Amino acid sequence: MPDPEARRWVGKRYKRKEDLRLLIGEGKFVDDIQLPKMKHAAIIRSPYPHALIKNIDTTQAEKLPGVRGILTGQDVKEMSKPFPCGVPIPPKYYSCAVDKVRYVGEPVAVVVADSRYIAEDALDLIQVDYEPLPVVMDIEEAAEPDAPVLHDNIGSNIYSHRLMQYGEPAKAFEEADLLVKGKFLFPKYGSTPIETYAVVASYNPVNQEFVIYNNYQGPFVNHSLVALALGIPENKMRWIVPTDIGGGFGTKTGVFPYIALIALASKKTGMTVKWIEDRREHLLASATGTDRVTYMEAAVKRDGTILALKDKAMDNTGGYIRAPEPGCAYRSTGNHTGAYQIRHLDREVMVVGTNKCLTSPNRGYTCQELYFSVERLVDMVAAQLGMDPAEIRFKNFIQPDQFPYTTATGGIYDAGNYQKAFQKALDIVDYPKWRQEQEKARQQGRYIGIGIATIVDPSVTNIAYVTTALTPEQRAKGHPKSGSGESMTIKMDPLGQVHVIACTNPQGQGHETVISQIVADELGIDPDGITVSNVVDTHDRVYTITTGSYSSRFASVGTNALVNATRKLKDKLFKIAAHLLEVSPDELVLENQKFHVKDQPEKSIAVRHVAGTAHWHQTALPEGMDVGLFASSLITMPTSKPPDELDRVDSSNTYGFCCEVIVVEIDPETCEIKFHKWASMHDSGTVLNPMILEGQVMGSITHGLGGALYEEFAYDENGQCLTASFQDYLCPTSMEVPDIDIGHVETPSPFTALGSKGAGEASCESVPVAVANAIADALAPLGVVINELPLTPSKIWHLIKEAKAKQA
Amino acid sequence: MAQRQRINLKVNGVEYEGEVEPRKLLVDFLREDLELLGTHVGCEHGVCGACTILLNGKAVRSCLMLAVQADGAELTTIEGLAQGAQLHPIQEAFHEHHGLQCGFCTPGMLLTSHEFLQENPSPTREEAKKAISGVLCRCTGYKQVIDSVMAAAETMKNE
Ligand code: FES
Ligand code: FES
Repeated sequence: MPDPEARRWVGKRYKRKEDLRLLIGEGKFVDDIQLPKMKHAAIIRSPYPHALIKNIDTTQAEKLPGVRGILTGQDVKEMSKPFPCGVPIPPKYYSCAVDKVRYVGEPVAVVVADSRYIAEDALDLIQVDYEPLPVVMDIEEAAEPDAPVLHDNIGSNIYSHRLMQYGEPAKAFEEADLLVKGKFLFPKYGSTPIETYAVVASYNPVNQEFVIYNNYQGPFVNHSLVALALGIPENKMRWIVPTDIGGGFGTKTGVFPYIALIALASKKTGMTVKWIEDRREHLLASATGTDRVTYMEAAVKRDGTILALKDKAMDNTGGYIRAPEPGCAYRSTGNHTGAYQIRHLDREVMVVGTNKCLTSPNRGYTCQELYFSVERLVDMVAAQLGMDPAEIRFKNFIQPDQFPYTTATGGIYDAGNYQKAFQKALDIVDYPKWRQEQEKARQQGRYIGIGIATIVDPSVTNIAYVTTALTPEQRAKGHPKSGSGESMTIKMDPLGQVHVIACTNPQGQGHETVISQIVADELGIDPDGITVSNVVDTHDRVYTITTGSYSSRFASVGTNALVNATRKLKDKLFKIAAHLLEVSPDELVLENQKFHVKDQPEKSIAVRHVAGTAHWHQTALPEGMDVGLFASSLITMPTSKPPDELDRVDSSNTYGFCCEVIVVEIDPETCEIKFHKWASMHDSGTVLNPMILEGQVMGSITHGLGGALYEEFAYDENGQCLTASFQDYLCPTSMEVPDIDIGHVETPSPFTALGSKGAGEASCESVPVAVANAIADALAPLGVVINELPLTPSKIWHLIKEAKAKQA
Repeated sequence: MAQRQRINLKVNGVEYEGEVEPRKLLVDFLREDLELLGTHVGCEHGVCGACTILLNGKAVRSCLMLAVQADGAELTTIEGLAQGAQLHPIQEAFHEHHGLQCGFCTPGMLLTSHEFLQENPSPTREEAKKAISGVLCRCTGYKQVIDSVMAAAETMKNE
C-alpha cells in the first residue's frame, strides 16, 4: 500500500467534475436522447391485481392518426421467452403480461405513436376484458397450501425455500440460560429515484441488431438475461447508458424487463421507440424493496453472550420473481450475524409471491430487513437481562485483533474496530447524560428514548451468493458461479495527458472525480487535467459480468481495478524512460512529471516526451514492447469464491461498520417525534473524498429515515395500490431530516489497493432499526411492542392506546 | 388534433415565436420544442419540483402549466443561469458544497433557491431548509443543498 502521507489528492475534499455539466443543464440522461424518426411509447397496465386476460381489442386504437403500432402480450409471447431466474422452478415472467395479470400496473400492451400525447390517447381506445381472480396479499397467507396460486407451473406461491444450519445451533439452544424471540414485519418501500425508468430502442431488421439506450445500473448479469429472453446472440444487443442516471439505488436494476419490452415494440413496429416511465407507473409497477416477515429467536447466556440465532424469514417478491432475486433472501448470508461473534445459526429462508409489485435490490439490499430483526432482538435480549443495550453490544462484538474474521456463515470481514467506532458515537451523543435525562423525563411523564444499531455493511457482491438458493446437491449439478470483477482502462495521449475509460455507470456517486484523484496520486499529476469517460456501451467498453454500480462496488473493486491499471501504465512509462535514458527502471524516480536518475536530477526526461515516444517514435521503444500507452485491468476480489458444501459463502467481499445512536422524544398526544441528538459513525476504510462521502452518508441516512417513519407501498385488501403518487407515497423532504453528527473511523481494508470500501448503503441498513429501537426505548414504560415499520404518528398513537388499554 | 396556437415568449433572454398544441405542457414544450433539456420531469404531478423554472422571476412548476399559459412571459431555465463560462453564484455554491449528486433534482433546487434568495438575501438556515422543502431529492439528504444555499446567500450579499 502506498504511504498515505504521499497522497496528495485521495482523502481530500476535491470538487466534483460531474457538476460542471449537471449545473448548467448539460447532463446526458436517457430522456435527453433524440434520434431521427424516434416515436414514443405508452403502456397500458392492468387495473386488477390478479385476473385472466380474456381479450384485447386494439382496433379503435390502431385507427387513431399518429399511432404506429401496438404490441400485446401475445406478441411478446411469440417474439421472446420468459426471463431466466435462479430458482428451481422460475415463473414464466415475460416483459408483458401474457394471458394473466398478477399485480396492479402490470404491462398489458404497448402503443407506439408519433408523440407521447397520441400514445396516451390511444391507451383509452384499447379494450381489455379481464376475468378477476382471487388475490393473495399477505406473505404468510401466500405460503399456505390453500392460497390462490399465482403460477400454475410452480403449483404454489413459494419461489424459493431453504433450510440452512451453521455450527451447532441445537446444542447452543440447549446450553442457553435464556431464549428471547420476536416476530418482525418489514414493510415494502423503495428509493424512488427522481428520474424514472427510461429506454430508447431501435431494431435493425437487416443485421438483426438492437441498439438500446437505457438507465439500467450496469450491464451486470441482466444484459445476458435479456439477450436470452429475446432469443438473440448477446452481441446483437448493444446497451448504451449515457453519462448520467438520475439516481439508481438498486431500483434501476428493475428497468431490464422494459428494455426487452421496448426492444420488442421497436422490432414489431419498425420504429425507433422511446419510453419514459411516468411517476404513477413507477410507483405502481417498477420495483420496490422486499417486504419480509421474520421470526427470530436468540439463545443467550446470563452474562449477555449471544450463542445462537434461529430464524425464519419470508420475503415477498410480488407477482413474479426475477433476477437478481432470490438474492433478497441470500444476499446477506455472509453477514447474517452482523457485528457479533455468533457461531451457531439455524435458518429457514422462504421467498413467496403475492399480488404486489415486483422487487429489486433497494439500497442496502435486504440488510435493513436483516438488521431490523437482529438489532431489535438484541435490544429485547438486553431488556430481558436488565442490561444496557450499549453494553450487550460491546459484549458480543468481534474483537479488533480477530480480523480478518470469518463468520459462521462464511463471510470474511476484512477489517474493523467496532468498539472504537461505537464508543466514538456514544461519546458524541453523551450517552450517559441522555440516560440520566431519560430517567428525569420519565418521572415527568415525558418519553425520551435512545436507539442504537451497530451493523456490518457488506460491499461488493460476490455473484456466487445467489447459488445458495440451491441446495449443495443442486449446486453440484449446475454451473458454479463466483466473482465480483470490475474493469478499468487508462491511456496517455501523445502529448502526455491522461484519460480514463470506466464502465462503472454511477448514478451520482462522483466516480469521475474520485477516479481523477486516485490517478493523480498514482502518477503524481494534477487531477484537473485528467479526463474520464464513464458510460456503459456493451460494444465499446470492456466489462465483466458483474460490472455496474450496485452493492457499493466502486470504492472496493473499482478502485482495485483502477489502481492496478494505472500501475501497469506507470510501469510501462518507467520502462520506456529507462530505455531512453539507458538505465534500469529501478534507478529512476518520477517527480514533477519528469523521470530522472536517482541522485542525478540532470539526467532526466519529461513524462510527455516518454508519451510522445510511445506514440510517435515507435521504433525507439524497448524491443518487443507494444506501442502506444494504455493499460487495462479486469480483476475480481480474492475472496470471491463459490459457496462451500456447508452453504458458507463470502457473499460480499468487503465489510464496513456503521452505528447509529439516536435520541428521540415522543409527544404522547400528537405522537410527533423530535430528534434531540443523532450520531452516525462509519468505518468504510480509507476515506477517498470526505465531501462525497458525507453526501453518500446523508443520502443513505435519509433513505433509512424514510423507511423508518414515512415510506410504504400500501395496498388495500383487494390488491389496489394506495400510493401511486408522491402525494401518497411520502418521501422525506428537507424538513424531515434532522441535524446529524456524522463521524468516521478509518480502518483500512487489507483487500483493497487503497484500503477503501463501500460506504453509501450502511445507514440505510442501520437507521430503520435504530429509529425503531429509539421509539421502543421511549415507550418502554408503557410496555409498547415495536416490531414493524414505518412508525407513522397514527401507528404510534394506536400502539400507545393499545398498550395503555392493556395496562389498565 | 386540436388547433395549434401561436405563442410568443422569451426564454433565457431569447425571443421565441411558434405554434403549440393547446394541451402541451410547458415542460414538454421547453424540452421538445426548444430543446432545453436541462429542465427535468420527476413526477408530472406537481410534487417533486424537478421541473421548476422561473416565470417572470417566480418559481413555477413547468409540469403543471401549459405552454400556452406562458404566452408573453419571460422564462429562465437552468441553462439561463450561467454567463458563458461564468457560473452563477448559486451554481458555484452547489459545486463548492456538493449540493448535487445525480443532478436530476438540480434544476429545481437551483431555480427555487434563486427565487428564494431574491426575496430573502440573508436567510437563516431554517428558512433555507424550508425554502427547498418543495423540491424532492433522493440523493443528498438535503444537508449539503442547504449548505449550498447558505453559501450562495453569503456570496451574493457581498457582490
Ligand atoms: S415534474 Fe413537475 S413537480 Fe415533479
Ligand atoms: S441529486 Fe439526485 S435527486 Fe437530488
